[in-house]
Amino acid sequence: MEKPNTYRAGPDEKGHFGQFGGRYVAETLMPLVLELERAYAEASADPAFAREKDHYLTHYAGRPSPLYPAERLTRHLGGPKIFFKREDLNHTGAHKINNCIGQALLARRMGKRRIIAETGAGQHGVATATVCALFDIPCTIYMGAIDIERQAPNVIRMKMLGAEVRPVREGSATLKDAMNEALRDWVANVDTTFYLIGSVAGPHPYPAMVRDFQMCIGLEVRDQMLAAESRLPDVLVACVGGGSNAIGLFHPFLDDACVRMVGVEAAGRGLDTPEHAATLSRGRPGVLHGSRSYLLHDADGQILEAHSVSAGLDYPGVGPEHSWLRDAGRVEYVAVTDDEALEAFHLCTRLEGIIPALETAHALAETRKLAAALAPGDLVVVSLSGRGDKDLDNVSRLTAAAEDA
Amino acid sequence: MSAAGRLKERFARLAAEGRGGLVAFVTAGDPDRATSLAIVRGLAASGADVIELGMPFSDPMADGPAIQASSSRALAAGATMAATFAIVREFRAGDSSTPVVLMGYANPLYAFGLDAFVAEARDAGVDGLIVVDLPPEEADALVHAARTAGVEVIFLIAPTTGEDRMARVLENAGGFVYCVSITGITGTKKARTDEVAQAVARVRRHTGLPVAVGFGITTPAQAAAVAGVADAAVVGSAIVERIAAHLDAQGRARDDLVPAVLGFVGELAAAVRAPAPPPAGTAAVRKRSALR
Repeated sequence: MEKPNTYRAGPDEKGHFGQFGGRYVAETLMPLVLELERAYAEASADPAFAREKDHYLTHYAGRPSPLYPAERLTRHLGGPKIFFKREDLNHTGAHKINNCIGQALLARRMGKRRIIAETGAGQHGVATATVCALFDIPCTIYMGAIDIERQAPNVIRMKMLGAEVRPVREGSATLKDAMNEALRDWVANVDTTFYLIGSVAGPHPYPAMVRDFQMCIGLEVRDQMLAAESRLPDVLVACVGGGSNAIGLFHPFLDDACVRMVGVEAAGRGLDTPEHAATLSRGRPGVLHGSRSYLLHDADGQILEAHSVSAGLDYPGVGPEHSWLRDAGRVEYVAVTDDEALEAFHLCTRLEGIIPALETAHALAETRKLAAALAPGDLVVVSLSGRGDKDLDNVSRLTAAAEDA
Repeated sequence: MSAAGRLKERFARLAAEGRGGLVAFVTAGDPDRATSLAIVRGLAASGADVIELGMPFSDPMADGPAIQASSSRALAAGATMAATFAIVREFRAGDSSTPVVLMGYANPLYAFGLDAFVAEARDAGVDGLIVVDLPPEEADALVHAARTAGVEVIFLIAPTTGEDRMARVLENAGGFVYCVSITGITGTKKARTDEVAQAVARVRRHTGLPVAVGFGITTPAQAAAVAGVADAAVVGSAIVERIAAHLDAQGRARDDLVPAVLGFVGELAAAVRAPAPPPAGTAAVRKRSALR
């Protein structure tokens, strides 16, 4: 692939990032997707929309989130200087709220009276239920039955916030199937309903819109790092399920050739087993949930079940812009296993007093590996995308099982 | 006969007979390959005018529970794209006139390779393709490949498709127009005849292609009513529900499965062939029903 003048121009007017992206939806949804695209373009051009969004990001979500120099982890790794971009400190405990505030304001502007969403780890579901409570919009959250089990605290939070949580038992009963059901709901309720997608996935304009709403992460890091170190970071690290926290961090730096970027997928029980969610490492291009992207599917095009200890990464697809950045060679994509993520979870908790989400622990695990090859003084920013309260039961059980073994 | 020929011929014959046709949908390989072939072979004999064969997909996002389950059964029994083509080929060996349309989702087509897919489809005796998640905006590559191979690409018009979009959707449409009667997934809401009539009239203002209506038709009476205002009525979920209802505890086809499915298709076929009934609730309807 020829090197483009900029990596930040996509998507084109049809929603394509090179061969990826697009609008692969049933005709019933196509007019809605086009309407959303128009409404979002109008909102983006309206300073009043930006003011309103910034008001809630600042005073409700708590932005900007700190860029924290992780002193003990830095000493422990003995190489580069590690910074955490503290998205875990946002209201609701993850980066998801950034996007939910943007989309809920857009839904309100469009006059939609009901919001639906899919959720894996429950972080997006909680963020959606939160903004729906704030803006007084009824909401329905689709969640895989398996995820409901392993992320129980978030299910309770969503219900307390007034959301209806609908369990999805079809297929692998995880995030992919929750998204199928949300799309079916949307088709059946086109007049009233706004589908609030939680990642940079789905048909155009979602991948671009969600990225824009998450870009505050990278824009803040840029300013914060310049203020702290008077230069840009050397390496950015973020976990990638659908990839919204990663694209939010990476995007403002894509044209800075000196900044290396690493997206970390879930290798589950290992890349050479069938049980992983490493779409960009092991998948091939295909079409799912409205866009063309790397995908885990068999030779006949049937979607494979992904596996990760982390519900938020347990998805056989990935945002189309990541697929494009992978093929363009601009971002490196690697994968770490469940065990490596669990180790990093404990390391971060003990060294820094920060309990990270299991999704985030994947980025931390890769940071450990990268540190060995980096020089002292190199600046590494890890997206601390979410806090781990939701994972405590799961981690205690897995840790006990590992100790027994 | 060429692919384009069979669909054109069939709708011309329906027009000559002065009735709307029955498009009968089943998923290829549901509940297993042999039973599926027996069903497909029996559909035409039972009076289906067009056969719509679903290509099983793991994530059928536009389909309701009945067709989702049907797709899962087929995949669990080992269905593949090659097996779907084999069913069409074996059917075609004994029936050269009933059109066969494949319905499915984009990913398995892309995985097969579009050019290879349309060539295989044509050679097997497929007449048209419906790819639910390929709106016209993303369909250029398929349209080009299909045209080269001589297979029709059938597009959907939904209740949400505005007047401003009609021309775009119909630009590359072939075979017939699939008019979606409800906003929703397959087999979940009931289509209302007056709304169907309006929807069909709207499509006819934009195209001379035959118009088939589907997504909310579950009974012979509904099929008859829709066939009275459209060129064909599509019945899918209600047929595959008959398959689901005739499986044993292990999910295998019982001996009475094929006769039950075909018996129901026979009722649908008889209904679309009956003269259009006068408005509901009149004495004439009751009398005629009693005679049937």
